[in-house]
Amino acid sequence: MDRLDHLESQSIYIFREAFNRIENIAMLWSLGKDSNVMIWLARKAFFGHVPFPVMHVDTGKKFPEMYEFRDRYATEWNLNFLREECPPLEATDETLPPAARSAARKTEGLKLAIKKYGFNALFAGIRRDEEATRAKERVFSPRGLTGQWDFKDQPPEFWDQYKTDFPPGTHIRIHPLLHWTEVDIWLYTQREQIPTIPLYFANQGKRYRSLGDKDITSPVASTASTIEEIIEELRTTKVSERSGRAMDHEAEDAFERLRADGYL
Amino acid sequence: MTDAKKANVIPLTVGDELEMLASARDLLRIVIVGHVDHGKSTLVGRMFHDTGSLPEGKFENIKATCERRGVPFEWAFLMDALQAERDQGITIDTSQIWFKTDARDYTIIDAPGHKEFLKNMITGAAQSDAALLIIDAAEGVREQSRRHGYLLHLLGIKQIAVAVNKMDLVDYEEDQFNLIEQEYRDYLTSIGVTPTFVIPVSAREGDNIVERSKAMSWYKGPTVVKALDSFTPSVSPTEAALRFPVQDVYKFDHRRILAGRIEAGRLRVGDEVLFSPSNKKARVKTIEYWSSVSGRPAPTEAEAGASVGITLDEQIFVERGELISHVEDAPVETDVFRARIFWLGNEPMEKGKSYKIKLGTLEAPVTIQSIERIIDTSDLSNASANQVEKNQVAEVVMRSRRMLALDEFIDHPKSGRFVLLEKYDIAGGGIISMEGYADQRDLITSRSTNITRVEHGISDEARFLRNGHKGGVLWFTGLSGAGKSTLALALEKRLFEKGYNVYVLDGDNVRHGLNANLSFSPEDRAENIRRVGEVAALFQRAGMIAITSFISPYRSDRDRAREAAGDGFHEIHVKADVATCEARDPKGLYAKARTGEIKEFTGISAPYEAPDSPQLVVDTAASSVEECVDRLVNYVESKFRV
Repeated sequence: MDRLDHLESQSIYIFREAFNRIENIAMLWSLGKDSNVMIWLARKAFFGHVPFPVMHVDTGKKFPEMYEFRDRYATEWNLNFLREECPPLEATDETLPPAARSAARKTEGLKLAIKKYGFNALFAGIRRDEEATRAKERVFSPRGLTGQWDFKDQPPEFWDQYKTDFPPGTHIRIHPLLHWTEVDIWLYTQREQIPTIPLYFANQGKRYRSLGDKDITSPVASTASTIEEIIEELRTTKVSERSGRAMDHEAEDAFERLRADGYL
Repeated sequence: MTDAKKANVIPLTVGDELEMLASARDLLRIVIVGHVDHGKSTLVGRMFHDTGSLPEGKFENIKATCERRGVPFEWAFLMDALQAERDQGITIDTSQIWFKTDARDYTIIDAPGHKEFLKNMITGAAQSDAALLIIDAAEGVREQSRRHGYLLHLLGIKQIAVAVNKMDLVDYEEDQFNLIEQEYRDYLTSIGVTPTFVIPVSAREGDNIVERSKAMSWYKGPTVVKALDSFTPSVSPTEAALRFPVQDVYKFDHRRILAGRIEAGRLRVGDEVLFSPSNKKARVKTIEYWSSVSGRPAPTEAEAGASVGITLDEQIFVERGELISHVEDAPVETDVFRARIFWLGNEPMEKGKSYKIKLGTLEAPVTIQSIERIIDTSDLSNASANQVEKNQVAEVVMRSRRMLALDEFIDHPKSGRFVLLEKYDIAGGGIISMEGYADQRDLITSRSTNITRVEHGISDEARFLRNGHKGGVLWFTGLSGAGKSTLALALEKRLFEKGYNVYVLDGDNVRHGLNANLSFSPEDRAENIRRVGEVAALFQRAGMIAITSFISPYRSDRDRAREAAGDGFHEIHVKADVATCEARDPKGLYAKARTGEIKEFTGISAPYEAPDSPQLVVDTAASSVEECVDRLVNYVESKFRV
């Protein structure tokens, strides 16, 4: 088994633990490269079936290519697909900086969707190498009644024994890709021939490294037009993956505050 | 940054890149541990800077943050991402960061050193292949330096490098380094760990991190980065005996798939496999696989590390928690075992209390039967206690109501370790030893299915009426020297005189014949008791009263005898404390046990598990032989007369 096989196996193990231990669970699909890999891994874990709903919490501000991709593969991959709307900007914390406030719409949309369907847990495709507060995450990460992340008192997690017992009312985020890196995602996408949104490939000297709402996401300078070239670029770059995501950089703790409140 | 420093970063050319695509690069996970404030996060920051691994603008970013906060430049801000961590200047939760050297890719796991956050330290350390333990040269070896060293050992991490940091604060003195090195090496050696390297460094100044220190030319060993490069990633034990815990059973379509991850060994289509503890057998029909990439055939073999699904040649009922192995090299089956545990719960672990154990994919209630000793990780002294406090390490004996399939940690780390839950929380972890306890697999009386018990033409009632009393087993248990044989023989005489059909089965007489082929190993001692239990049950069915006189220290063994005899089983605790028995010492055995001539002697160097709820207790320390026999006779008269 090579490194990708081990990564895949670990993610499958996490999916199966969650599916066995927790009732009423769904997967978040942000349409990006990571959540596409996540869907792929779920299909592997359950032998071609995705035995829970796959939900897109829609800000309505994604790129057209992303919506096109979603509508095509929701059908093609035979997903139990849910689309949920986010509330308007006015519903968010007005003390947050502008881009973070825009991103906070997604948190609110998420909370409404969780309430509507009564999901006990959600799979989310975050990775430790994306961002410093995500590096401190657990694979099974409990949230409070209103979705907050108590990062100062996280449960111990070792020997693949995850926290799967909770008092009623706890909500859990499960992170099957937490141990993957950006390069791993591309190596795996290439190996498994997973479909990809074209915005990730260079167009006129620019490409998107990370996809979000179109008004708060900017492309990076790049000439990488194939997965091979993206991997080569990533192995030498010193620019961080989320440098094009405005809400991460507005204040020292802007992203931490977003995450503590329930942002992914 | 100088070119010399940059040289440690992997030079990337297109040719290299193609090679990498063919096989992803080697990745090593290193945890950084040590006492609070000894400079873990600083060392990580320095290592990143000196290998040229910092993301663009990160150095400037940290500098700006420090200026804004009005504090000197702080490398730790690279890893301590949370506001609270920066405010307090301590690492609260474990963090991870990625970097690469010429040799390979690394995940650096920074673990908190504050005692309060031990659960986070364990969370970080348990994911790593190797550890770098930091000790402050000025402060020397401290409480968490030792505790972390001990826990690395419990977590099974064998590759350890020690960095003696802040050498700049002790003027780069070789003597000071030697003192600390000696003290810490001695400690690690005493717990069975050999540190591969002990390196004098200054993380703040960059000495011996990437570049050799000019100030410490007396040091001839490798730098931190070179030391890390010499470690190797953990590999899955593909050559070990098969261990495959059932994680779930799926029936999405016509297939019934048993899903799980192979933790050790290999599995092939056609293999006969054994499920423990249910002891069912079947053959592997297929290894199931889903791929949308056409042309990839389903595998016929899978090895340790792989998450797979299998189907069987026959439909047997198995569920999550069963452990699949080959018929040879099966796991241990037991309801009692010894464990070395670390406790993380806010409430202390208590003797007699029940917890939920998670052992692989199995969950079961277990009770803490005894707390053998609390291990002080500072000086390795032992203390006895009735409870284990948060962050303590202890050796305990645990008992389960049902049979568990498990392994000794030393043979099979992944099936020899577990976590304990209190209410909803993981409150501790531990590793298993079977020292002094028997594998009960072969003791489970599996009666062949093609043998039918002969139906006697004589009913039990008819036998009882003829004899004037019921048949039964009086099972005497107690320490050596408690008076079992004396009482058994006196009772036999009295009952015989009253007209009872009664016979004493005694340790010495069965070992001369029926059990002459058994040794005194834990397995054979258990088998000895199993046979006595079966023979006593036959006496009972013959309408007689069998009095058995055996120490029978283990509850599991007595439970098995009870099962053989059923309702006619009467457990009688012949009670006397160790001191009283040792003073009597009729066969001189205690004296031999004290000198070590007899090993694993019950009450001295092996446990005695007193009965939970015996039918009768006779206390030979408090009562005379006559009084005890009278009580026994009265008991028999009340229970056995027809």
